[in-house]
Amino acid sequence: MNVLLVLPILIPLVTAVAALLAWRWRRVQRWMSVLGATALLFVALRLLTSVWRDGIQAVQMGSWPAPFGITVVADLFSAIMVALAGVMGFAVAIYSLSSMDAERESFGYYPLLHILLMGVCGAFLTGDMFNLYVWFEVMLMASFVLLVLGGERAQMEGAIKYVTLNLMSSALFLAAVGILYGMAGTLNMADLAEKLKNVHHPGLVTTLSMLFLIAFGIKAAVFPLFFWLPASYHTPPVAVSAIFAGLLTKVGVYALIRVFTLLFVHDVGYTHRLILVVAGLTMITGVLGAVAQNEFRRILSFHIVSQIGYMIMGLGLFTPLALAGSIFYIIHHIIVKTNLFLVSGVVHRLCGTYELKKLGGLYQVYPGLAILFMIPALSLAGLPPLSGFWAKLTLVQAGLEIQQYEIVAVALAVGMLTLFSMIKIWTEAFWKPSTLNPQPSDNRRRVLNLLFPIVLLALLTVAIGLVAQPFFALAERAADQLINPEAYIRAVLAGTS
Amino acid sequence: MGITTLVLFGFVLALLAPWLYRVGRRATGWILATLPLMQLMYFASFVRPIAQGEVFVFGSAWVPSLKTSLSFFLDGLSLIFALLISGIGALVVIYAGGYLAGHHQLGRFYGYLFMFMASMLGVVLADNVIALFVFWELTSLSSYLLIGFDHEREAARRAALQALLVTGVGGLALLAGLLLLGQVGGSLELSTLLSQGEMVRTHHLYLPILLLVLAGAFTKSAQFPFHFWLPSAMEAPTPVSAYLHSATMVKAGVYLLARLSPVLGGSDSWHYLVTLAGAVTMLVGATLALFQTDLKRLLAYSTVSALGILTLLIGLDTTLSIQAAMVFLLAHAFYKGALFLVAGAVDHETGTRDVTQLGGLRQVMPITAVAAGLAALSMAGLPPLLGFISKELLYEAKLQAPRAAPLITGAGVLANVLLVAVAGIVGIRPFLRERTATPKNPHEAPPSLWLGPVMLAGLGFIIGLLPNTVAAPLVSPAVTAVRAEPTEVTLALWHGLNPVLLLSVLTLASGVGVYFGRGVVRRATSRLEPITHWGPARWYDVALDGMNALARAQTRLLQSGYLRYYLLMIIGTTVGLTAYTLAARGGFPRPHGFADVRFHEVGVAALIFLAAVTAVRARSRLAAVAALGVVGYGVALVYVLFGAPDLAMTQVLIESLTVILLVLVFYHLPRFASLSPQRARYRDAVVAVAAGGLMTALVLVAASMRFHPPISHYFAENSFVRAHGRNIVNVILVDFRGMDTLGEITVLALAGIGAYALLKLRLEKKEGG
Repeated sequence: MNVLLVLPILIPLVTAVAALLAWRWRRVQRWMSVLGATALLFVALRLLTSVWRDGIQAVQMGSWPAPFGITVVADLFSAIMVALAGVMGFAVAIYSLSSMDAERESFGYYPLLHILLMGVCGAFLTGDMFNLYVWFEVMLMASFVLLVLGGERAQMEGAIKYVTLNLMSSALFLAAVGILYGMAGTLNMADLAEKLKNVHHPGLVTTLSMLFLIAFGIKAAVFPLFFWLPASYHTPPVAVSAIFAGLLTKVGVYALIRVFTLLFVHDVGYTHRLILVVAGLTMITGVLGAVAQNEFRRILSFHIVSQIGYMIMGLGLFTPLALAGSIFYIIHHIIVKTNLFLVSGVVHRLCGTYELKKLGGLYQVYPGLAILFMIPALSLAGLPPLSGFWAKLTLVQAGLEIQQYEIVAVALAVGMLTLFSMIKIWTEAFWKPSTLNPQPSDNRRRVLNLLFPIVLLALLTVAIGLVAQPFFALAERAADQLINPEAYIRAVLAGTS
Repeated sequence: MGITTLVLFGFVLALLAPWLYRVGRRATGWILATLPLMQLMYFASFVRPIAQGEVFVFGSAWVPSLKTSLSFFLDGLSLIFALLISGIGALVVIYAGGYLAGHHQLGRFYGYLFMFMASMLGVVLADNVIALFVFWELTSLSSYLLIGFDHEREAARRAALQALLVTGVGGLALLAGLLLLGQVGGSLELSTLLSQGEMVRTHHLYLPILLLVLAGAFTKSAQFPFHFWLPSAMEAPTPVSAYLHSATMVKAGVYLLARLSPVLGGSDSWHYLVTLAGAVTMLVGATLALFQTDLKRLLAYSTVSALGILTLLIGLDTTLSIQAAMVFLLAHAFYKGALFLVAGAVDHETGTRDVTQLGGLRQVMPITAVAAGLAALSMAGLPPLLGFISKELLYEAKLQAPRAAPLITGAGVLANVLLVAVAGIVGIRPFLRERTATPKNPHEAPPSLWLGPVMLAGLGFIIGLLPNTVAAPLVSPAVTAVRAEPTEVTLALWHGLNPVLLLSVLTLASGVGVYFGRGVVRRATSRLEPITHWGPARWYDVALDGMNALARAQTRLLQSGYLRYYLLMIIGTTVGLTAYTLAARGGFPRPHGFADVRFHEVGVAALIFLAAVTAVRARSRLAAVAALGVVGYGVALVYVLFGAPDLAMTQVLIESLTVILLVLVFYHLPRFASLSPQRARYRDAVVAVAAGGLMTALVLVAASMRFHPPISHYFAENSFVRAHGRNIVNVILVDFRGMDTLGEITVLALAGIGAYALLKLRLEKKEGG
């Protein structure tokens, strides 16, 4: 059995359990958390190299042959996502050391964080439809508790909307899985792909795919289902916002890409066209939402929505280049978005507010922080030669190649508006003179814990921008595996364990 | 590799500049200037081979999967631009050291300046269009940072944003245009694309490509109606205005037009669009310049006019016009660069840039005065300066324009007349007449401040005397590159008595007339002034405000803050989308299998249905909860009827617990009240019934559609034999699908932590008291 595949699920679980057992010893929990996150990062990168080298890998849980048991499977797309989860987990675990308050640490913050990572990795690695649902539930519960942890009034208000709307998604997902099982008699995704190939009534499968589209669309926060995200992401402590921003919606995007490349590909003219329209509307409504905001984290939250549009744009275009663009976009976005939230946390720490009106003067006093903001902000807007530029360029290329000019125009225009709202933050928080005098009150070590992950992610952003080829090659091969799913199906059903 | 390293080294230096400044302090400018000087010498070494017709291509791979390479391409056109960029760059770096001496952010300033310099070289040298676009955007970004250098002033921040947005929008259009061009031409390398003109011009995408590329070029080169950002950009420190917003960056658009003219030029649409934009910009710029009193704004508008002239010449698309454009490019870079630097020196010494407050400076600033005078005379087009030669060529080209020659020539003369007057106001007037009181007591500027103007103005003078020193080595190869055919250029001061000379004399005389009569002109036209308030700058504001208003309205509508609307939207979308798909793509397979429905099953169904209706209509919480409980027990009954006693048991437990919990919670809730109005209740009813109906239909249809036997038979066969358990459900839970159970247990544990934390941890309360 290939243990490497299960470790990204087991390590966070073990970490969480160990941290729970050390409930009274906060210091021990902190160490456990960093240790577990480091181990996860290491394993995730090992998994990625292993899949890159040896191809798609699958392992049957309990050795029950597919499709009867649960299959854990990693193609390149999954491995990339797990690796990203590893990087984000690591960055946020370190950032939390200095940014999380002692009270929350004492009430299970670290176990919750790692269970969240477990759920995320589980969702990326499972090859089973119902098991995916289970990981969604794990994520939902972990994120909900993280969201309310602390019980501040704003948190509660955000959390209620978050949990209600996400439960809608769960209910729809469960119903859809049930109906799918009723029709096809199986839950294994590879097996489903095989059995859906020759259905008598493909129209019914298309109808069913709409339920999946909506269930995952809620998770991914696409138009018009995104309301829970801007309602809640600015309420918890910033480390929580950051990990949510990096990973949660991306699980939804992952699921969308997975099912609409593996399972629902028999009426591409309808389903993927629809996804393309949704992508355009998501970009526009998201970015306009951001333009209307004047609070650092609210702006960032709306931008998540807008960026999701780009990620599913590639799925909607549905060519190898477009899918590679989507995957590259996800890689870029997770790093950049998490980083922006981390920066917003530092700004909050220095100035005591997220309100752009009250902020100011940071460029004068903290040029280093200004650069650390500029890198992810400009990358998000797609300025060359940062990571976001290549992501957008690929999608634009892909769109032009198949004459989808409308979506290309939207993508470019939204890029401009993204730049506009990033510049708004820059102007207000950094350039504008301020009456309030930002004062560092922390000791060096605490500051280092905050800045280390930010610098790490910024360097990654620059590296992906300057040396884009290897990352793009990765995305390209991952996209190739998605668009030709035979290898995936074979790996699962042949039981290579 | 030489070029690649040299260009990229600029970026390295940009990163190091702030640190270097900490070490080098006052000498930093002089030290840093060595890089552009080295670049200047390096490019100069290419002059001879390129004049002999060679073309150099250098390159390395970057992102081969996206056909992007870091490739450079050096021919006559790139060379003339590269020489200007590095040469003026060196002077400006030195100048900035004096101009901003002691400024606490001078280190950052150098950083941005070098970033710009490297990017600008990249633009004019890039072979790969994506690399070109990368550098193009980097010039916009560095321009943004430099315009907003004085970031504590709101005007500077606004101007920086304006420039970034205007050139940014154009940049994106350019990207799309270049990518399409690459698709049509089959390559992303300019050196290959340049020979694909025929194919591109006949392609059905030609017009879109042209429009997109023009949008990029026109915004960058401040062509009407996008010109307004350039005068605003005068918020930047003067070295920046001289370098970016006069000599180099604003000419990137002109460069692009010249560069692409072998591919995109030669068509009617090219000719009309480019000529028209150029002519309008030329006139608008020259006219508006006359109304300014601020030295830098005067120069900015005259730069707009000059950019118009260049665009117009490229649009005319004849060998003569390109030749005129290349000579004018040099002449303008020299005199305008010099005048900007002079304006900066004057501002630095006197503390004002208002021309009405300046006078008699020749006494205190003699060196600067000489430089200013030479530059102004070149701008006015007086012999023996380069400006004269360029104006002669200009008129010649316009007179021989393929279409509407008289009209174009007339417009050209008009613009030049105005520019002669502007040259007088900017370069002559502040130095003549009597001394006036100025905020600061002026002295001669330090060498770092006069070196640049003197060098540039001197070059205009020397080349004017010896025009053929640049004609053969620089202008000919450039024209050759643009026309894509070998061209010999010879320049001379004296062209004989001809109509062109007549026009020159006429221009000069009228220009002097306008200069002295400018008061009358201003008064006469002051009534037209309100029009300028409705110019493109206002459109920009309106567009920006409109966008902000739209954003707010949309967000209020969508992100209303009310959970009920969110739910309504989501359920509505689900029902609408699924129902539509079922109708449009599903083809309604008829559900079957109703025949074997038995009487007691109908009874249970009716019970569940009635209980559901009761729950909705209930007037008290207790009744509603009790009714919901009945629904749950009804479902449990269904499980019993269909042979799933374990499920039924679970269901009964859950229902009982839920009812008990809810009843316990009631104690803490406010009194039951019906808050929603009748209309909202009907609306909700419709949505709910539709959602329920849809799910029912889906389940019925799907159940009749089973096309594969379920895998559950495997569990039945193997649960005892291989998993050693008699209860299949248990075996499924703990063995076949044990991982699901692991996840569910985790969820439960999480819920426990959550409940505990919610009860115990109340951060706000603690803070409050």
